[in-house]
Order: sequence, then C-alpha cells, then structure tokens
Amino acid sequence: MIGLSHYLTVAAILFVLGVFGIFLNRKNVIVILMSIELILLAVNINFIAFSAALNDLVGQVFALFVLTVAAAEAAIGLAILVAFFRNRGSIAVEDIDTLKG
Amino acid sequence: MSELHLFPNLVPVLPEIILAVVAIILLIAGAFTDEEAVPTLNLLAIFAMIGAIVAVCTLSGGSSTFDGAFQFDNFARYLKVLVLIGGAVSIMMSMSYARFQSFSRFEYPVLILLSTVGMMLMISASDMIAVYLGLELQSLAIYIVVSINRDSVRSTEAGLKYFVLGALSSGMLLYGISLIYGFTGGTNFYSIAETISVDGAGLGVIFGLVFILAGVAFKISAVPFHMWTPDVYEGAPSPVTAFLAAAPKVAAMALLVRVVMEAFQPALIEWQQIIIFLSVMSMILGAFAAIGQSNIKRLMAYSSIGHIGYALIGLAAGTEQGVIGVVIYMTVYLVTTLGVFACIIAMRRTDEGMVEDIADLAGLAKTNPWMAAAFTALLFSLAGIPPLVGFFGKFYVFLAAVEADLIPLAIIGVLSSAVGCFYYLRIIKVMVFDEPKDRLEPMAGELRLVLAVSGGFSVLFFLVWTPILSAATAAAQSLF
Repeated sequence: MIGLSHYLTVAAILFVLGVFGIFLNRKNVIVILMSIELILLAVNINFIAFSAALNDLVGQVFALFVLTVAAAEAAIGLAILVAFFRNRGSIAVEDIDTLKG
Repeated sequence: MSELHLFPNLVPVLPEIILAVVAIILLIAGAFTDEEAVPTLNLLAIFAMIGAIVAVCTLSGGSSTFDGAFQFDNFARYLKVLVLIGGAVSIMMSMSYARFQSFSRFEYPVLILLSTVGMMLMISASDMIAVYLGLELQSLAIYIVVSINRDSVRSTEAGLKYFVLGALSSGMLLYGISLIYGFTGGTNFYSIAETISVDGAGLGVIFGLVFILAGVAFKISAVPFHMWTPDVYEGAPSPVTAFLAAAPKVAAMALLVRVVMEAFQPALIEWQQIIIFLSVMSMILGAFAAIGQSNIKRLMAYSSIGHIGYALIGLAAGTEQGVIGVVIYMTVYLVTTLGVFACIIAMRRTDEGMVEDIADLAGLAKTNPWMAAAFTALLFSLAGIPPLVGFFGKFYVFLAAVEADLIPLAIIGVLSSAVGCFYYLRIIKVMVFDEPKDRLEPMAGELRLVLAVSGGFSVLFFLVWTPILSAATAAAQSLF
C-alpha cells in the first residue's frame, strides 16, 4: 500500500535533486531553470499528498496557484536569459562573472 | 460555518486596487504612446501612490477580508505607508536619472506599481497562500526591473543572478509552507498557531519553520542567504538599486514579523534561536565585509546586510517592545537609505557619465558643500552616532534585547556597529580631506528634494518623533 510517507519521500528526493541541480551544475543556465521547476513540482506533490491525507481542499487550491506562478516565473526567467545571451553571447554558468567584489 | 461570502468585502483592499488599476491603465497608455510620454506616466504613477497613501491612512483598521487571508490593522497601515513612500521616491529619482541616461522606459513605473501591490499584499497577508502570492508578485516584478537596461551585460547579469537565487528561495519557502500545511492541517496563521499551541511544535513543524525562515531570509538578505545582494546592487541601474534597498526590505521584514509573531507565536523558543543566529551573522558580516569595498553601491549592499541584522535583534526579543524597535528601525533605514541613494544617483560627471567609486567623491566638501553636508549627516546616522536618528533606531532594538535578557546579542550589536563606523567614516574622510577631483554635475531638482527631506529627517527627527513613536507603538500592539 502506498501511503503518505512514500509521496513525501519522493517529493523530498525531487526537492533535494532540484537544489543540488542549482548548486552543483557547472554547465548552463537552462539546467538551473529546469531545477527550479523540479523544486516547485516537488512542493506540489507534497501539497497534493497532504491534501489527500488530510481530506482538505486547500492543498489542491494551493497547488494550482503554484503551477500558475511557476509558469510566470519560467517565462520571466527565460526572458532575462535571452536578454543576457544577447549581451554576453553565452549561457554557460562560468560566464556569469562580470560582477565580482 | 458562518454565512458564505460570495462577494468579498473589498474596502480593506482599496489601496491595492487603486495601484493595480492604475498600473494596468499605464501599461496600456505606455503601449500606445512614445517615449515623450514617459515622464507623464511616471508622474501618474507617483500620484497613484500618493492616492494609495491617503486611502491607507483613512481606512479603518482591524478589518479582514477574503476569509481571513487579508488583514488590515495598524501594523499593515504603518508599513504600507513606508513601502508606498519607498516606491514613490524611487520613481521620482528615476525621472532625474532618465534625463541623462537611456532609462526612459514606461515599463519602469508599471513594474514598480505592481511590485508595490505585491509588497502591500505581503504586509497584510495572514494566510500562507496570500504570503506566497504577494511575495511572488513583488519578486517577479523586481527581477524584470533589475534587468531593465537590457543592453547592458551588468544589468542583465544582475537580473539573472537575482532571478535564480530568488526562485530558489521561493522554492524553499514553498517547501516549508507545504510541510506546515501538512503537519498543522491549515494555511491560515491563526489555525497554524492554534494547532501548534495545542499539539506543540513537532519535527515536521520545525522543519517547515526552518525552510520558511530561510526563504524569507533570502528576501531580506540576512547572512547566510545574502550572496546575491552585492552583485545585484552593483549591476542594477542606480534608481532600481535605490528601490531594491528600501521598499522590498521593509515589506519582507514586515512579512517575517507577522509570520513569526502570528503563525509561530507558540513556537517562540524554536524560531528565536534561528533569528538570533541570522542577526549575529548579518551584523558581523555587514561590519567587516564592507571595509574593503571601493564601489559605493557594493558598500551599501553590505551596509544593508548589517542593518537587517540590527533590525532582527528587535525581532529576536519576541516582545512588543522588540516589534516597536523593528518598526522604528525600518522607518529610519528606509528614509536614510533613500537619501544616500539620492547622493549616489547624483554622482555624475560631464565626460565620464555615471561614476560609482568612493574615490570619485574626493573633495566633495569643497566642490559641493551642501550635498557633502547632507551626505555626511546620513552616513553618521547610518553609523549610529548619537544626536542623529540612526542612533535612536539602534537604541530601541538594543533596549528591547536587553529587556528580553538577550544581553550578549545587544553587546555583539554594539561592537559590530562600532566596527561599522569605520567604513562610513572613511567615505566622510574621502569627501572632506582628499584632494578634489573634477566637479560632479549639479544635483537634479528631485534628488535635491529627496536628499533635503532625508538629511533633514536625520538631524531634525525630534520634530516628528512623537507621532512616529505612537504610530509604531499602535502598529506593534495590533500584533499582540
């Protein structure tokens, strides 16, 4: 029987993968955007699982809001990335280095 | 179950509605007019903010709407006025900047208005859904505003960095919220507080709390979540940095105060340790990392990290006195920061354009004595030198910490503000004693006004201190 704890474990694994994807990734920024999406979807699994377990609708409503915001966030992220690419000619993580102190 | 509200009471949300409607109208107007109309659109945005301030001041407090997700009390009233002042002043400062730099984009006032709506929702939020949506509306608008100079590598890079780290932080906040929802069964602040006070703070709740605090700490740039601050401050155009340093910090601090004081009040022992840690680390890093900086915007970034640390001292006390301290500290911080940025935006030479190095201020006391005098007053105030307002901001938070038996925290605060004096005094030394470089261009009228009000406040604050203190006390009382 698959219970709440299984869902939470999957969500936690996805969340950690997303965080590691941001910090360990040395290749390009698109992977970072994908990692951010992974984090948000991991949270959604949490919300839906809790919502089913608690027999409460708020979690599912919240998940819909998260999906909407995630779409807006991805659009803005890609737009900024395109603007950056036009100036710098690269989207490699190691090329995001003009600002340093 | 009370009666079902098919149509929510919209009166408490009136200021937000005004701003959102004006933002949409300006967006349409901007799309159909050319660049000449941008100053008019800026002015309209400022008038909308002033209208919202009037609405915020006249609305009756203590009302809530949207089934308890939105709360309008004295705390919300006070902080909304602060945020609106921050937004209006940064639009004003962008107008003088746009006359000399390529910055005339109608999107700027629209995005600032939308971001301000997000901040006002954050301040009033008393449900985790409202917290998340307000925070995202604020952040998404700011990501774009930071990279608004889309032909500049530095501006777009700053936007990209802020976007990636900001999105990560809202992911963490959201993960925390999902755990809190799962382990307390609700998203409303009062239902969370009630469940925690009955069942105690279990492991799930503490995990959620830590993630939520980490997410908000990113937004207020408390150490160890401060990495984005210097880069974003340096890369963003100066009026945007002024906005970024002032209003969103105030709003995120208000959100933090409301979350820990209302939703997690029963778990005070747990969050107090985290806030103390954030506060000590921010104060120390703010004091020491600013010393080696040569770019004044980077220096202001570290300075703002330090100031957030001092404000968190008041929150760590967890008392009414502490919240009064936080509210007053953020007021002082907002006004002084806007004044300092008016000086930074005024750093412009005929041949070189905008300059940002501290060395470019050399001899300002001889070439432009009034600007140097006001700038000196603001820097002394930021350093916390006694007769100026910055000292009283620090005084209230330290007092609250001592009364709450957090004496070591207050001592660390005093010591690190003594270290912090060094880099403020260094700027003053450059302005007064170094050989003058070429003159800076004379300040624009808007910047003079902002600098005069801000510098005047830091010296003559005692004229308005009684109403500020009583408003701050009323604000803090509405949370207890």
